[in-house]
Amino acid sequence: MKVDLERTILRPKVIIYLAIIVVLLFLPRFLSTFNLILFEYGLTFAIVALGFNLLFGYTGLLSFGHGAYFTAGAYGVAMMAKYFPELYSMEILIPGALFVSFIMSAIFGFLCVRHTKIFFAILALALSMLVYALVFKFYHITGGSDGLYVKIPRMFGMTFEGVRRPQFLSGVYYYFLLSIFVLTCITMKGIVNSPFGKALQAVRDNEIRAELIGIRVRRYRLYAFILSGMFTGLGGALWTFINGQVTPDVSHWVFSGEIVYMTLLGGFAIFEGPIIGAIIFTFLKLYAMGSTEYWMFIIGATLIILVLLLPTGIAGGVKSLTDIIRGKRLFSGGASHVNR
Amino acid sequence: MLTVDHLKKYFGDVKAVDDVSLEIKGGEIVSLVGSNGAGKTTLVNLISGYLMPDSGRIVFDDSNITYASMYKRIKMGIGRSFQIMSLFDNATVLDNVRIPLFSRYEMIRKGLLPADRYTDIKNEAFDILDLFSISDKDYLSPKDLSEGDGKVLDVAIAFSLKSKLLLLDEPTSGVATGDKFNVMDTIVSALRNENISAIVIEHDMDIVADYSDRVLAMHEGKIIAEGKPNEIMQDRNVRSILFGIGEQNVSGN
Repeated sequence: MKVDLERTILRPKVIIYLAIIVVLLFLPRFLSTFNLILFEYGLTFAIVALGFNLLFGYTGLLSFGHGAYFTAGAYGVAMMAKYFPELYSMEILIPGALFVSFIMSAIFGFLCVRHTKIFFAILALALSMLVYALVFKFYHITGGSDGLYVKIPRMFGMTFEGVRRPQFLSGVYYYFLLSIFVLTCITMKGIVNSPFGKALQAVRDNEIRAELIGIRVRRYRLYAFILSGMFTGLGGALWTFINGQVTPDVSHWVFSGEIVYMTLLGGFAIFEGPIIGAIIFTFLKLYAMGSTEYWMFIIGATLIILVLLLPTGIAGGVKSLTDIIRGKRLFSGGASHVNR
Repeated sequence: MLTVDHLKKYFGDVKAVDDVSLEIKGGEIVSLVGSNGAGKTTLVNLISGYLMPDSGRIVFDDSNITYASMYKRIKMGIGRSFQIMSLFDNATVLDNVRIPLFSRYEMIRKGLLPADRYTDIKNEAFDILDLFSISDKDYLSPKDLSEGDGKVLDVAIAFSLKSKLLLLDEPTSGVATGDKFNVMDTIVSALRNENISAIVIEHDMDIVADYSDRVLAMHEGKIIAEGKPNEIMQDRNVRSILFGIGEQNVSGN
């Protein structure tokens, strides 16, 4: 039992995570409301990027259409606000958003996973642009280019009548978002470490051999696609409450490209990479936009530097740095043999 | 356990496998020899389900699997390894064996805990690595293995599915000459240990002579000779076709 405790709770990585969670709990005291809300945007995108990376980093499928599932979650919430105001409560909205994104990713995924590589990427993009066109054109239902307004929902019996949004966001909602984020991380870590996650990585590494050891490649790609879409939809739903409004550009491929960008920025080969990438991207984009009208130049230049100098992303860079400092204990996993 | 009956596979005018019949008994290690383009790999692809035959019949353990899916054949116990190493490059050596085990026990669908929690699977994976003498390299990436160890791992993956019949496509190609016998020693002793049958495609006649119970010689899609290794080696007809020794001259390269 004692050994077990040492191996689970007292591992340095776990201690670091717990420390980070404690810091995050007290974050509203340190950050200005503006930066806190920006950080919340970062957290929702972190959930989205984690979901995206299940498909990209772990299954090896690059989707340029994840905006569609984000839209499913976001518009799922906004439409509920418009058409079923009596059900407009967080504990219904979150499962509802998950359900809508499940349906959409199951249908689109079924079509997409028949292909891989560039064909997969383009098909995913095309389907998301279809969603964009529908959301844009069905003005009476979706509000067209004006989008839909999203008011503050009820949460677990609490109502927020007359509460201003920044107040809501820096109070209850921050802790709600944080707990969903932590749950997402734990669930996702569980998925990638499970036999299922290992199978996805086998599919990514060697499709033919995976088939030959009895893994149903296409089926598992579809499962990964659906899970990925649902996490993205969850992120989309959580994002609407911060943003207060949904517009069709979240289904445009440019937005999907931003999800790819965040993941690359953080590093897709490391579990935490997309989280770091999403948060840094959110701040980078907003401060770049605030300081110069040539903000796209900054984003583009960052991407070039990234691809040329840090292909493994920020997290990958940090990891190789710590590996060098520790004297290249690259294969420290060897201890597993002793412990078995 | 495996019976192949009048199997045919043509690619246009090329008769890759032309009316081949053969039988493999339980625990038997059979070498398949023949020059390039003789149809050896096509035959193995037909048996493993990677290709479908034009006509003929394949029976494995009393059931007709001629047109069965690759997935079904794997579940029935037909495994294969590859001429060009086919591993999971970004997983550890341990995981390369552990993932097939998860697949075999249907745990990819059912196993919800982290993979490391399934200690019995981990132990079985180590047992397999032990059997193939690579258990000290469990934490390495396959990219860091020697060519020989990589080949052994490739066979270990097929082995871990508890296959009854393994189709090994040139298990020693690319391995340094001095290492070939070590690799074959390891593989064959593991197979003999578990009484697994194997069809081995092999070019090196010394290896064929040392490790196989029976030899099948193929030429232009047909099996031209069959017998004990030394009988086949001494067969003038086979020698002339395989090595161009005897009446015929070596043509071109």
